[in-house]
Amino acid sequence: MIPSTPVAADVQSSSAGSSGMAPLIELNKISHSFGTRPDLAARLAISFKLAKPAARVQAIDGVSLAVRRGEVLGLVGESGCGKSTLGRIVAGILSPTRGSVSWRGKDMKALPPSERREAKLRVQMIFQNPYASLNPRRKAADIVGEAPRVHGLVDGDLGTFVDQQFRRAGLDPALKHRFPHQFSGGQRQRIGIARALAVQPEFLVCDEAVAALDVSIQAQILNLFMDLRERLNLTYLFISHDLGVVEHISDRVAIMYLGRIVEEAPAEEIFARANHPYTQALLAEVPRIETTKRGFAAIKGELPSPLSPPSGCHFHPRCPHAMPRCRTEAPRLKAVAAGHKSACHLNDAAA
Amino acid sequence: MNATVLEVRDLRTHFGQAKAVDGVSFSVARGDVLGLVGESGSGKSVTGFSIIGLVDPPGTIVGGQIVFDGRDITRSSREEMRALRGRRMAMIFQDPMMTLNPVLRIDTQMIEAVQAHENVSRMDARARARDALGMVGIPSPDERLQAYPHQFSGGMRQRVVIAIALLHRPDFIIADEPTTALDVTIQAQILAEMQKLVAQNNTSLIWITHDLAVVSRLADRIAVMYAGRIVESGPVSDVLARPLHPYTAGLIDSVPSRNRRGERLRQIPGMAPSVARLPAGCAFAPRCARADAVCAQAVPLLTAGPREHRCVHPLPELRA
Repeated sequence: MIPSTPVAADVQSSSAGSSGMAPLIELNKISHSFGTRPDLAARLAISFKLAKPAARVQAIDGVSLAVRRGEVLGLVGESGCGKSTLGRIVAGILSPTRGSVSWRGKDMKALPPSERREAKLRVQMIFQNPYASLNPRRKAADIVGEAPRVHGLVDGDLGTFVDQQFRRAGLDPALKHRFPHQFSGGQRQRIGIARALAVQPEFLVCDEAVAALDVSIQAQILNLFMDLRERLNLTYLFISHDLGVVEHISDRVAIMYLGRIVEEAPAEEIFARANHPYTQALLAEVPRIETTKRGFAAIKGELPSPLSPPSGCHFHPRCPHAMPRCRTEAPRLKAVAAGHKSACHLNDAAA
Repeated sequence: MNATVLEVRDLRTHFGQAKAVDGVSFSVARGDVLGLVGESGSGKSVTGFSIIGLVDPPGTIVGGQIVFDGRDITRSSREEMRALRGRRMAMIFQDPMMTLNPVLRIDTQMIEAVQAHENVSRMDARARARDALGMVGIPSPDERLQAYPHQFSGGMRQRVVIAIALLHRPDFIIADEPTTALDVTIQAQILAEMQKLVAQNNTSLIWITHDLAVVSRLADRIAVMYAGRIVESGPVSDVLARPLHPYTAGLIDSVPSRNRRGERLRQIPGMAPSVARLPAGCAFAPRCARADAVCAQAVPLLTAGPREHRCVHPLPELRA
């Protein structure tokens, strides 16, 4: 009955085909859980009911997501929602428990080893903490130059190559013989960027890459990301909890809650017409500099433990619109407008 | 006009050569919230530590005065400060896992905090602790008192710390980035509780943060720090709408929501200077587009109505 959220059968297919381009990376029903596999003794103990099976954390639960060439996809969620695990799966650091990752339309697992290695090299990751992600005992030049040297990507002098990488990330090559502790936080993040770009990737996974930086340095690094995107035609998966940053840099945004994607839409659309109650709550609580001296109206409760997620829709214990159906049945991600998908039973009720 | 609870005059806290805080002055009225904003290394936390008397060597207060409730506490003895801390003034730190003792139950820690300042029975102290936990929105406080810090989530742990700070209903609380490590939804909950409690008890609050957006919603007044000095202060809405100091303007402009989506962010070039080698004049001059030869000389504190700033070339009232 709500005219602003038309549910049409044809928009579901148009969202994937609208760009007319195959996605660079596609996740197909990815699930990932953490925990130890029981050994023989443990399995016996469990089968004789002498022990309980060890708890497994379901970090990701059936996520399908496509990133098209040249776009910036923002991935937003609170801590513990699985966004970093998803980023690591995309970057090839973790392999998913279930589901498949496709690179340029081909299943990674089905690729011959040499092609798979090549594909993995095309996806690089930039980490949150520039203090922990650089080896403190290696010089900046070695950190940046090692991977391209090992993979045989350098023709000619390694020193000149490293200088180029430094300049591209906005660093003075004269500093390349310093150790990480001799750089400031912003400079360290630039070393991390230079290291990732040195192997000529097409796809960057940025996991909270500006979260640890001061506001003025954050602006410098975000500008660098945008410049590099244009110059090198990069595609990004930009993982962040900061909606302001995501709104600024992303073309499309996916919102994650407890291992599932709950909403996915073009950035402008999601900030103007958020459909899922969780997205709406998140947007309402982002402190903005424009709102002075206003009360905070918080959503109740906290992110539930992924060890024992709530039944049905994971958000229902905190949702102001929860219905009996939400407790029993997990909503599917369905199109609510062109390119806009949301996983909420309310949309069925409205249709 | 409310009575002034705290007045800081020309505070100087140095760590050897490093002038972490170098001539900071401000005052906080009863029931007021002051947002103390700055980037890492600007001296905002050291200012907080100096007020509550917890500066660790080699740091020393080498000059200035801290007047709390009409009394100069700058040179108070350790015993005098200990009597004030926890009872009349309290501090909340960024990382609650570091401030709570991991091997003691919450009730042990809270009862200790009550009995440190008041001669009450264990039963009464426990009841006080329970009420304080309830006040900060911790469900079933009786059971939660028996828990250890690691059994709480990050947000709940920070609530426990806030409850401890509120045990003696202090006149004055310093909060040092208490929500920075928390998620947006949890941050909003904690800010809502703080706002309510401070208003109820008429407590004065200094909220130290790097996040302008949090300050804009929480504080009455704002003071912006750069390289050990306050470069600008005034009512929050005035300062954020019409900054006078180019550094404040640069900070505001680099917030993504103040820029057109997808366009380059306006950024401040360069980075903050080391507090061990500060220039004689304006410390921001090397990064400032408006700087000229005059900026190399020491900049006095200039006043404009309720606002103060340290810039010889303040921005015009109306910015494009």
